[in-house]
Amino acid sequence: MADLPRDETPLRAFWAAFRENRGAVIGLAVVMFIVALALLADVVAPYSPNEQFRDAVRAAPVWAEGGSTRFLLGTDSLGRDMLSRLIHGARISLFIGLAVMGVSFVIGVLLGLACVAFKGAVGQAIDVAITRVMDLIMAVPSLVLAILVVAVLGPNLVNTIVAVTIVYLPRYVRLVRASALAELGKDYVIAARVAGVGPARLMFVTVLPNCLSPLIVQAALGVSDAILEAAALGFLGLGAQPPTAEWGTMLADAREFIRSNPWLVTLPGLAILVTVVSINLAGDGLRDALDPKMRRS
Amino acid sequence: MLRFLLRRLALTIPTFIALMFVTFVAIRLVPGDPVEVRVGERGISPERLAMFRHELGLDQPVWKQFIDYGGQLLHGDFGTSLATNQKVLTEFAALFPATIELSLAGMLFAVLLGIPAGTLAAAKRGTWFDQTLMGLSVTGYSMPIFWWGLLLIMFVAERWGLTPVSGRIDLIKFYFEPVTGFMVIDAWLSGQAGAVKDALHHLVLPAIVLGTIPLAVIARMTRSAMLEVLGEDYVRTARAKGLPPRRVIGLHALRNALIPVVTIIGLQVGTLMAGAVLTETIFSWPGVGKWLIESIGRRDYPALQGGVMLISSIVIGVNLLVDLLYGLINPRIRHG
Repeated sequence: MADLPRDETPLRAFWAAFRENRGAVIGLAVVMFIVALALLADVVAPYSPNEQFRDAVRAAPVWAEGGSTRFLLGTDSLGRDMLSRLIHGARISLFIGLAVMGVSFVIGVLLGLACVAFKGAVGQAIDVAITRVMDLIMAVPSLVLAILVVAVLGPNLVNTIVAVTIVYLPRYVRLVRASALAELGKDYVIAARVAGVGPARLMFVTVLPNCLSPLIVQAALGVSDAILEAAALGFLGLGAQPPTAEWGTMLADAREFIRSNPWLVTLPGLAILVTVVSINLAGDGLRDALDPKMRRS
Repeated sequence: MLRFLLRRLALTIPTFIALMFVTFVAIRLVPGDPVEVRVGERGISPERLAMFRHELGLDQPVWKQFIDYGGQLLHGDFGTSLATNQKVLTEFAALFPATIELSLAGMLFAVLLGIPAGTLAAAKRGTWFDQTLMGLSVTGYSMPIFWWGLLLIMFVAERWGLTPVSGRIDLIKFYFEPVTGFMVIDAWLSGQAGAVKDALHHLVLPAIVLGTIPLAVIARMTRSAMLEVLGEDYVRTARAKGLPPRRVIGLHALRNALIPVVTIIGLQVGTLMAGAVLTETIFSWPGVGKWLIESIGRRDYPALQGGVMLISSIVIGVNLLVDLLYGLINPRIRHG
């Protein structure tokens, strides 16, 4: 993929296919907007996410009665600006999503290729061992497993990432294993073998690039799943801890004000939903554009 | 068929052993001594501490503890809760019907709405109806259900007063001993006027929340399965011989499209269990999901360990059952 800029045809073809899907383009635009907000959080956010305005505790948002332009989306129970917290929350959620995706992508590729890379009894033993462990992880309901991991390691941001990575790892491993297995029987791989390509080079240089399309789609959709899962952990008090401006944690804090200050509940959830929907829409578009065979409909 | 069944059963055994191993190791990695948690902060004499350790088997070598743990599980002993001193299995069994009731209601909601919606979307492919429905499906699939639950409470329960906010039944108006553990059935058995209606009222919102993600998945799956089937020759034949479209879609196509949909429904059990943890927490629904979260709060690790073990075993069991059923319906799987 490194030489794409020089040879623009594949990229153009991809973009032409991607552009056909209106939902995907909108999704991508929103995702890019959220990414920009997250990157520029310190510049864009009107206040620090943890600055407490004691004179304006639970101030109403600008459209509600008693709202002012000082706090566009109101303030929370400690007088912190909601808008600033939501913007900084984007940073945390995207960071979790990307970290989970990155780590599970790399480990998933390594484990998936390890399943098929070795020959003989040892190779089979490795394959069975890895596949069994992945089956086990898949058997435990995602959130229950994440809860167990966090309960053992202790609730914080890093352990949230560890827990969610463990939960989503099997998808990558299985995908890599299946597509590598399919590729290994093809003529070009046999040709490479005959030409004397070593096992490591065969796996990473010959086989892996041809398994990438489904993997990229999985990675894109995996980001949104990771964000949802991490927010759920945060909501249960098992994720990022206060005062971190994490969307799920903010929701948990706001629960008791559901009657008096509904926007404290509505806004963080809306942020999660919009982010996840956008990523999923863009991911679906990516799927259609990269591989027409995988189209959902 | 018997060979398929045995092979499939044999495959689950290593999974169970691995599951045992994971829960066993996980609990030992927890910071803090389980005995000290039980004893509390006041502390006790070293003799009593040693006695407790012996009672819990903690003075044995680790490998022996693991074997013992496996033996206990085989005897149906999933440990003893530190908080209540009750058998984990007893507590779990008392709460599990509530979770099943909620899950069944959620699944019913998802199936009853999802299959017709998906079928209709496929029949009207490309229309605004189809597009709206698929948009809603992506939204449903992306829904943070803990927020969705709070929203529904905020509007349906609080603002419009249509349903209760939490719990399974109005405990002030109705009281009866649990017989089956299923509130709706117990309410019916109790014969108290209005009890069933009240139980159903309590069930509506949690069921919708829990059923939302399965609904999105089922609608989408039904649509794509229908689209595939609608291109088949036998559907064209049915159309060609002049059957009304409703009959072609509802009978000839839907029946065949349902096979993958049924599989998906079976595979949603894991999703339901994960969702039950959140849904039960939001609606104070006294099931195993809420209990699991509370166990963490109480640092009741044996309950957590036993609970995870039990929930996972049930999911593995149901998935196995779905596989077997699928093998029964579709011989190609059996001999694959």
